[in-house]
Amino acid sequence: MSNTKNWPLWEVFIRSKNGLNHKHVGSLHASDSEMALENARDVYTRRQEGISIWVVESKNISASDPKINDEMFDPAADKVYRHPTFYNLPDELKHM
Amino acid sequence: MNSKKNYILHLADNGLILAQRLGEWCGHGPVLEQDIALTNIALDVLGQARYFYQYAAEVDGQGKEEDFYAYFRDEREFKNFLLIEQPNGDWAHTIMRQFFYDNFMQLVYTSLLSSSDKQIAAIASKAIKEVNYHLKFSSEWVIRMGDGTDESHKRIQDAANNLWEYTGEFFVPTTYETEMASKGIAPNIASLKNDWHTRGNEIFSEATLQVPQATWFQSGGKTGTHTEYLGIMLTDLQYLQRAYPGNSW
Amino acid sequence: MTTIDLEEQFMKRVAADEKVEPKDWMPEKYRKTLIRQIAQHAHSEVVGMLPEANYISRAPSLRRKAALLAKIQDEGGHGLYLYCAAETLGVERDTLIEELHSGKAKYSSIFNYPTLSWADMGAIGWLVDGAAILNQVPLCKCSYGPYARAMVRVCKEESFHQRQGYEILLTLCNGSADQKQMAQDSLNRWWWPSLMMFGPSDADSTNSEYSMKTKIKRFSNDELRQKFVDATKPQADILGLTIPDPDLKFNEQTRHWEYGEIDWEEFHNVVQGNGVCNKIRLRERNEAWDNGKWVREAATAYAEKREQRKNESKQVA
Ligand SMILES: [Fe+2]
Ligand SMILES: [Fe+2]
Repeated sequence: MSNTKNWPLWEVFIRSKNGLNHKHVGSLHASDSEMALENARDVYTRRQEGISIWVVESKNISASDPKINDEMFDPAADKVYRHPTFYNLPDELKHM
Repeated sequence: MNSKKNYILHLADNGLILAQRLGEWCGHGPVLEQDIALTNIALDVLGQARYFYQYAAEVDGQGKEEDFYAYFRDEREFKNFLLIEQPNGDWAHTIMRQFFYDNFMQLVYTSLLSSSDKQIAAIASKAIKEVNYHLKFSSEWVIRMGDGTDESHKRIQDAANNLWEYTGEFFVPTTYETEMASKGIAPNIASLKNDWHTRGNEIFSEATLQVPQATWFQSGGKTGTHTEYLGIMLTDLQYLQRAYPGNSW
Repeated sequence: MTTIDLEEQFMKRVAADEKVEPKDWMPEKYRKTLIRQIAQHAHSEVVGMLPEANYISRAPSLRRKAALLAKIQDEGGHGLYLYCAAETLGVERDTLIEELHSGKAKYSSIFNYPTLSWADMGAIGWLVDGAAILNQVPLCKCSYGPYARAMVRVCKEESFHQRQGYEILLTLCNGSADQKQMAQDSLNRWWWPSLMMFGPSDADSTNSEYSMKTKIKRFSNDELRQKFVDATKPQADILGLTIPDPDLKFNEQTRHWEYGEIDWEEFHNVVQGNGVCNKIRLRERNEAWDNGKWVREAATAYAEKREQRKNESKQVA
C-alpha cells in the first residue's frame, strides 16, 4: 500500500473571464481530480479570480528541454517575412 | 414578532457557533489545501450569521447591531442546534457534523428561497449557493473516509454513531418554528425529514457506512438548553466585549 | 560545455536580469540556496498562522473575526504557493514539512513570540506583515521565475493584511484608556522582534552575498530594516503610540530615522529554539501533521480504489 505517499501535484489553470484563455496560476496537492478542482477553487479563486478551472496532474505535462532551445526556437528568428513590418508600402496607404 | 426574531436568531446562531468551531481548525488542518477549504466554509457560515443577526436587529427594533446578539446574549438564549456546538474531535467528527448539518440546511435554504419574508428569502438565495458547495465537500469526504482505509472507515463510522443523537432536533419544531411555518416564512421542518434521510442514506451507502439505528434523540438546543460545551465556547467568544463593555473594536 | 562555462553563462544571464526557470541549468549552490530560502519562507507563513489563530475565537466583533480568519487563511495560501515554488526545484513538499517538524529547518523567529492581547492582532498585521511586505516586494523580481511569480500573488494578497492590523490599532488608540494601553503594550513587545525579522546585520549575514549576486535578494538586511523604521515611525505617530526605543532620532543629513542597538543575543537565542514559543509552535505543527496522517492516507486509498474500479469497468466493457 502506498499509504505514506504525498498527494500528487496538480497544475492549475484559470480563466478569469469569458473571452480569455485559461492561464497557469500555480499548483497544489490533491488526492484526485475532483479534489484538485475543489482545492483550486478554494486556494486560487478566493478573490473572484476565475470563472473556469482546469487542473492537470503535473506528471502528465511534457515540457520542452531548455538545453535544445537553440534548435527549437532560434530557427524562427530570421523568418522576418512572417511579420507585417517586413513589407514596404507607400505612406499614403493607411490602415493595412 | 418574537417568534420571527427567535427564528432568525436560531439561523444566525447556527452559523456563528459553527464558524467558531471551524475556526479552531485554522492552522491545524490535515493538509494545507484542506485547512484553507475549511476556513472558506467557516467564512461562509459566519457571513450567513452576520446577515441574520443584522436582520434580527432590524426585526427587534431596539437599535442594536449584529454584535449585540453575538456577544451579549447568554447561553440559555442561544438557539443553535446541539450538533453544531459539539467539539471538533478528529477530521471525521468535524466532517460528519458538517455533513449532517449541510444536508439539513440545504433543504432549509431551498425552502427559504420562497419564504414569504423577502429579507429571509434574499439571504437564503445567497446562502444556498454556499451550502450546495459545502454539502458536496462534506459528502465527498464522508465517502472518502468511509471507503478509504480501515482506520478512516472506523473513525467516520464512530463519528456518525456519536453525533447521530443530535440530529433528531432538526425535525421537531419549536413554537417559533411552527408559527413561522404557518405564516409561510419558514418551512415545515418535519416535512424535510424524508429527504434528509434519503440523501443521507445514499451517501452512507456509497461510503459503505451503516446508518445509525438509535432512536433516542437529544433536544433543547433550539430553545436554549444546551450541552455543556456551549457555555465554554461563549466565554471565549464573548470575553473581550464583556470584559471591556461599551467600547468599540 | 563545462560546468565552469555553464556557471559563467548563468551568472551573465542573471546579471542581465534574465529569469531562471525550473528546467534551466543552474548551479547547485543556487538551487540549494533557493530551496532553503523558499522553504524557510513557506514554513514562516504556515507557523505564522498559529499566533494569530490564538485569537480567532476571541475576536471582539464579527467583522474582525471574519477579517482575521481570512487573513490567516491567506497566510496558509502563501505557504502553499511557496512550497509549490520550492517543489519546482525537485524537492517534495512533505520532505520540507518534515524538516520543519523535526526542527531541522528554520522559520521566522518572530512567530516564537506569544500573542497576549487582542492588540497583538493589530501589531502583527501592522508590523509583522509590514516588515514581510518590505521583504517580499523586491522578491517579486527575484531571478527565479516560480519564486518571483509566487511572490507577486502573495504581495497582492498581503495588501489587506497590514491595513487590517493598522485599523485594529487605530480603533484601540481612539478608544478607552484601557484599549490604548493595550495597543502601547503590544507595540512595546513587538517592536524589537519586528526589527529582527530582517535578519542579522549585513556584517554578520552569512548567506547574503551569494543571494545578492544571483539576484535572489535585491536589498541587504540593513537596507530593508532602515526602510521599515522610516516607514513605521510616522505611522506610530498617527496612532499616538511611542516606539519603545529611547535612541530613535531623525538624522537631518541622511533623512533617516536612526534606531538603537538590537539585542542580537535575544535574536540568536530565539533562532536557536529558546524563544518562549518555539517548542509550543513546533509541537502544534507536529500534532496537526500527525493527526492528519490517517486523513491523507484515506484520501489516497480512496483515489486508488476509484482508479482501480474505473480500469476494471473499462476492461469489462
Ligand atoms: Fe503572508
Ligand atoms: Fe500577511
